[in-house]
Amino acid sequence: MNNPIRRLALVMACMFASLLIASTWIQFFQAGELRDKPGNRRTLLATYSRERGSILVDGEAIARSEKVDDEFQYQRSYPGGPAYGHITGYYSFLYGSGGGLENSADELLTGDAPRLFFRRLGDLITARDPSGVNLELTIDPRAQKAAERGLGNQRGAVVALDPRSGAILAMVSHPEYDPNRLSGHDADEVTKAWNQLNKASGKPMINRAIGGDLYPPGSVFKVITAAAALSSGEYTEQSSLPGPAKLRLPQTNVDLPNAGGGSCNGGQTDLGLALERSCNTAFGWLGMQLGADAMREQARKFGFGQQLNMPMPVTPSSVPEQINEPQEALTAIGQYDVRVTPMQVAMVAAAVGNEGKLMKPYLIRQTRGADLDVLDQTRPEQLGRAVDKGTAATLTHMMERVVESGTGTRAQIDGVRVAGKSGTAEHGEGRNPHAWFMAFAPAQNPTIAVAVVVEDGGNAGSEAAGGRVSAPIARDVMKAVIAP
Amino acid sequence: MSTVTQFVPRTRRNVELLLVLLACAIVMVAYLAVGLAVNGQVPLDLITQGAWLLGLTVAFHVVLRWRAAYADPLLLPIAALLNGLGLVMIHRLDLAKGTESAMASRQLMWSALGMVVACLVLVLLRDHRQLRRYTYTTMAAGLVFLLLPLVPFLGRSVYGARIWINIGPFSFQPGEIAKILLTIFFAGYLVQTRDALALVGRSVLGFPLPRGRDLGPILIAWIASLLVLVLERDLGSSLLFFGLFVAMLYVATERISWIAIGMLLFGGGAYLAYLLFDHVQQRVMFWLNPWSETALAQSDQLVRGLMGMGAGGILGTGLGSGHPYLTYFAESDFIIPSFAEELGLAGLFAILLLYALLVERGLRTALGTRDGFGKLLATGLSFSIALQVFVVVGGVTRVIPLTGLTTPFLSQGGSSLLANWTIVAILLRISDHARRPMPAPVKVTMPDSAPTPTTPRPAVKP
Repeated sequence: MNNPIRRLALVMACMFASLLIASTWIQFFQAGELRDKPGNRRTLLATYSRERGSILVDGEAIARSEKVDDEFQYQRSYPGGPAYGHITGYYSFLYGSGGGLENSADELLTGDAPRLFFRRLGDLITARDPSGVNLELTIDPRAQKAAERGLGNQRGAVVALDPRSGAILAMVSHPEYDPNRLSGHDADEVTKAWNQLNKASGKPMINRAIGGDLYPPGSVFKVITAAAALSSGEYTEQSSLPGPAKLRLPQTNVDLPNAGGGSCNGGQTDLGLALERSCNTAFGWLGMQLGADAMREQARKFGFGQQLNMPMPVTPSSVPEQINEPQEALTAIGQYDVRVTPMQVAMVAAAVGNEGKLMKPYLIRQTRGADLDVLDQTRPEQLGRAVDKGTAATLTHMMERVVESGTGTRAQIDGVRVAGKSGTAEHGEGRNPHAWFMAFAPAQNPTIAVAVVVEDGGNAGSEAAGGRVSAPIARDVMKAVIAP
Repeated sequence: MSTVTQFVPRTRRNVELLLVLLACAIVMVAYLAVGLAVNGQVPLDLITQGAWLLGLTVAFHVVLRWRAAYADPLLLPIAALLNGLGLVMIHRLDLAKGTESAMASRQLMWSALGMVVACLVLVLLRDHRQLRRYTYTTMAAGLVFLLLPLVPFLGRSVYGARIWINIGPFSFQPGEIAKILLTIFFAGYLVQTRDALALVGRSVLGFPLPRGRDLGPILIAWIASLLVLVLERDLGSSLLFFGLFVAMLYVATERISWIAIGMLLFGGGAYLAYLLFDHVQQRVMFWLNPWSETALAQSDQLVRGLMGMGAGGILGTGLGSGHPYLTYFAESDFIIPSFAEELGLAGLFAILLLYALLVERGLRTALGTRDGFGKLLATGLSFSIALQVFVVVGGVTRVIPLTGLTTPFLSQGGSSLLANWTIVAILLRISDHARRPMPAPVKVTMPDSAPTPTTPRPAVKP
């Protein structure tokens, strides 16, 4: 009977061999594919069971992970609440990370960023659980609070920058949402909150400051047109421009009117006064003189068309290509198809205030390890030069006049010289205009530049104008930083 | 003068003791690793649990010294190591399930009971050939045990399979015991009838066919296994019984034709079952397309096991650091994916090789023993372990459709432990018989007067 036993042993050997092959197939060749299968709870738990870095503003956490006694091990919470919702974003076990730094700085927060490689190596050797790094933000809580309060229940956005470095001092988008509702560990609650937020009419999940549908800039774009004019060398602050009540657009039978209906300075104005009074006809004429290319080129120098990550991606602002003469006139006053983010408008103000140098906006000031040692400090980076120093000084002076005696008087701060520009952007028949204001202060040596947009005129409705609705908000934000 | 020196086989009991201690040490290290990983501290009951395992296995070893000194030295350490690892994993799943869960302590109790029963078998069963006397008794008992779950009020369906019986607070899987009884019956029956089965028969087109009346037993085994499949909805057991019988039939008769007939019957039965029964069709679909939407809508248990194995990769997450509790039946049918996740492919290989080694020692016993009954019994018992491991591991790794069977020694479950320890006891008994020196051989002494060669033989070059 020994021979059949030996043969049977061979059969059993084959049976075991097939098991070895099958398990190798699953655990070696298929492992990666299995890990990436949708709904693989193990992969999810592996991500969530690591301590994620905190996000700090002025030493206070606006996002942090707390150890909890459930299978996720850590619960993400947002002590900053809705006011910081668009900055932190959310970190949800059902919907992943999104909305802000949670998504765009994910690699840092988890500790997986390539530049942390050597630190992770250290963790491996000391058998420490890898932990994410903490992010210390550039946000000034006073500016953030002022912006938050200023917008109130109105839809819109506020961005404040430090013109010297590009550091983002405030970034608020209304309506806002509470990321705490998405970070809970109760699946039903989270699903409910998610559906509600995504269906809400005001689209609270969209950060209007850097994305969304973008806005027409209205008259704040006149600063760019003025910059193009000054840079061309053919115009000065005192250059004379026609300023009739209505400007007939060539090749059409359409008239471009001034905001108030009247003429500018009796029909003849100069560049400085045109900006001070926000004279549409003068700038429309100027736009046709300069041409689309000059305006587009000037806008590009201020950062239009650039893909920025700060680290959240900023939707590029744009001046349309291929435009005819009447469209040039409309573009010059920020209408037609010019589209901007509030971030871009703040960059324009900041560049003018910073002697023409455009700094790259950034949100993360420092990264710190678990023991709060500084790992990395962001160095301000110059994106380019928007205008030369002389032009910047002229523009600053012109913008000061806007606040001193023009359309932006509501942005005045006692004892501080403020430079600004208002904008009232039409965006469709029968709809109230968006109210814009951009400013920087103190005018000669600015420490803050700000852009404010209030959608559809906000609470002022059809009475809205940038100088009336948005200038006070800009003033409050600047005041919070300069003269607290 | 020359003498024929008797080869004295060594008992190897000291090797066994060393290996038993090593097995206990591995289990305790694993237990410690689980405690450190899950709770971040040395588990308080490490010493008591370790002492239990150590005490039981060393006592078993002492019984072997006393009653089966020549038994195979690897069987006990391997069984103890597998049993201990199973305990560790069940304990680990207990920790994951929370304070209420106490599967591990029940498992430890059943392990103790299993080892005590195994020792009793070794003490009471002085010679495995005694079992041959009960050939037909074991058949009757085996069939009763097999069909016991069908008795109303006694049997109980769990997840569709009716393979449990309830006696008071205890539940039991009689099929596990039936497996041993039927193996004993097959061995006894086949050793009696093997000549008739092997030699008598007609040749049809050069293919030797058995006589009709000799075909009877295989048909009975086939029908019995189909009954288990149909009435108890237990794919695993029916495959196990039938495969076991065919293998033993082949070993007894050495005729390939039996395997061909067996395969034919198995294939026919399987196809018939596939056509007739929804649950068989469902299993086949899960096997072929576990990720399809229709499959996932009905059950993701196989898929969860696969994801667990994938998460383990080559080296595993480490004991206590994975999420084996996300798989259903992680402590019973799916304990292999649990190990694969936390110990990785490396750990799974080690466990499979332990089984292979266990089976190999059983087959070596079969080869070494001198009586046909012992050979058949040892082969049958070894093959039943191999087949059971193949069916259950093959099921979770998609080699074959998933069927519900326990993994010997690892899975949670009292009847399974009891049965497998009994199998090891019988194998130990047979191996003692196989390796024991021949009873007092007559000392052969060459007479002094034997003629010495007068001329030296030329040296022969090798």
